Amino acid sequence: MLAKNIEVKSPRNVYGETLCELGAKNPNIVVLDADLSCSTQTCKFAKQFPERFFNCGIAEQDMMTTAAGLAYGGKTVFASTFAMFATARCLDQIRNTICYSKLNVKIVATHGGITVGEDGASHQALEDISYMRSIPDMRVLVPGDCEEVKQVIEYAANTPGPMYIRIPRTNLKSVFNPETYKFNQTAGVKVKDGDDITIVTNGETLYEVVEAAKKLSEVGIEAEILHYPVVKPFRHIALKQSAKKTGKVVVVENHSIIGGLGSAVCEALCQYYPTKVYRIGTKDTFGQSGEQRQLMEFYGLTDKKIYEKIIEFMDVK
Amino acid sequence: MKTFTNALRCDILKMIHNAKSGHPGGALSCVDILAVLYKKILNVPVEWDKDINFDKRDRFILSKGHASTALYTVLAHLGFFPTNMLMSFRMLGSKLQGHPSSRAGLAGIEVSTGSLGQGLSIGIGMALALRLDKNKDSKVFVLMGDGEMQEGSVWEALMNAKNQNLDNLIVIVDKNNLQIDGATCEVKSLEPLDEKLKAFGFEVYSIDGHNYDEIEATLKEAKASNKLCAIIANTIKGKGVSFMENAAGWHGKAPNDEQLAKALEELC
Repeated sequence: MLAKNIEVKSPRNVYGETLCELGAKNPNIVVLDADLSCSTQTCKFAKQFPERFFNCGIAEQDMMTTAAGLAYGGKTVFASTFAMFATARCLDQIRNTICYSKLNVKIVATHGGITVGEDGASHQALEDISYMRSIPDMRVLVPGDCEEVKQVIEYAANTPGPMYIRIPRTNLKSVFNPETYKFNQTAGVKVKDGDDITIVTNGETLYEVVEAAKKLSEVGIEAEILHYPVVKPFRHIALKQSAKKTGKVVVVENHSIIGGLGSAVCEALCQYYPTKVYRIGTKDTFGQSGEQRQLMEFYGLTDKKIYEKIIEFMDVK
Repeated sequence: MKTFTNALRCDILKMIHNAKSGHPGGALSCVDILAVLYKKILNVPVEWDKDINFDKRDRFILSKGHASTALYTVLAHLGFFPTNMLMSFRMLGSKLQGHPSSRAGLAGIEVSTGSLGQGLSIGIGMALALRLDKNKDSKVFVLMGDGEMQEGSVWEALMNAKNQNLDNLIVIVDKNNLQIDGATCEVKSLEPLDEKLKAFGFEVYSIDGHNYDEIEATLKEAKASNKLCAIIANTIKGKGVSFMENAAGWHGKAPNDEQLAKALEELC
């Protein structure tokens, strides 16, 4: 399942390429963007299928409701812009029009999380998962590497109903082996076995967690890694089993600790297997400008920082 | 037509009275337009999705979803669903939700609305889908309130409609000049609305929204036109009930027993 060779790829490119492949097979697929098609890479689809691409301009509310109208008309709709503008700005449209009528609209938001970098707080979506997770009938997905991005987009194209898919701006190092990995929407993915602590993650922090776990192994701590590309609906079975075994859970996400994967984990565990949970993410705060790696370091999301936090947490009784 | 719309007005008031809540003012202002639309203009099958030509139907979007009683009564009186369902309006488990819900599965309801400022963009999406499908049989009609046009997203949509060169979309504005907090011109003026719509690239018609012949003639012309059309229908909020006419207070209030009796007396 895991990659043999580490490749570095742009998930946005993979998104654009996958859209083109799907568009060639399925004439029912249409794509919308709000003046960020070069950044989101929907421009690839626009170039290949201009009649099925609609640039709504800098008007995200109009884009989301136009997407809804196209879905009412039977189309499979992908709507993309930055995570910041794809969620907060048009939350009403997403809730009251797309989700309330269970429309086939896939919101694929790029530039999720703190790693937007130098643009700073106004562009760093740290609450998007929280907003999207709270809407009935919305599925929320945060793929962990480029192979998974590809498979998640394919899954989205073939599964009716509203979805929110978050893709980072950063290039991603491969975690999964494209030949053997198969995305499964019904379960958490066990990336590594371990008895001492459970680490739950998704998105671009998956690679960091894998690296942190290697460092932990060196000091005799075997972490079990659970990757949750599907934040909602949250399938708690793998988590519960792992928590029973390790008794300690850490969640790592490129998102606020309020309302995201950490909250989903806590909600599940408090009901099914109460366990001490430590959440690593941004702590009820806005981001700031900086280089991607600097920001990850500052907000505790690098392999080294995750390792340090887990060492601390191991001593908490 | 007058007999028909009087019957609709009576049911609108009975439904709202029965539910002890609802929006009579804006329903009464647009019900004449809806009656003409459904009787004379729209090609929509009463059998709804069981009709073999369902895909060829015209699409109607009530963007001002709070006028749901106007739409429900028209649909019921034309046979989309039994009129005895009307009194379930706003009741637990009813298909006649406070604001139209496509999720509730009521025959005749195309889309869910209620949060203002979204119907036009939905209409644009539907019109684009019809164009992609090379469906020239169907047109999309969107009815908005004038107060609703204070929503910024409406202007995003107006811009997009022209940008996409849609010739299968017709916008109707129920211009009753009132909103919850008072006169539209005092709360946040839209004037000059006709010039604004022209500037956004629309062919604009201004009509008396209670004159059946004028409504019919204009809608027919707009439906046949290959231009992007907007019809400003000048209406009276609460039309047909003397004490409700031009009174913002009747935007979202149910009549009591006495008021209902008085209104029905005027209408019957």
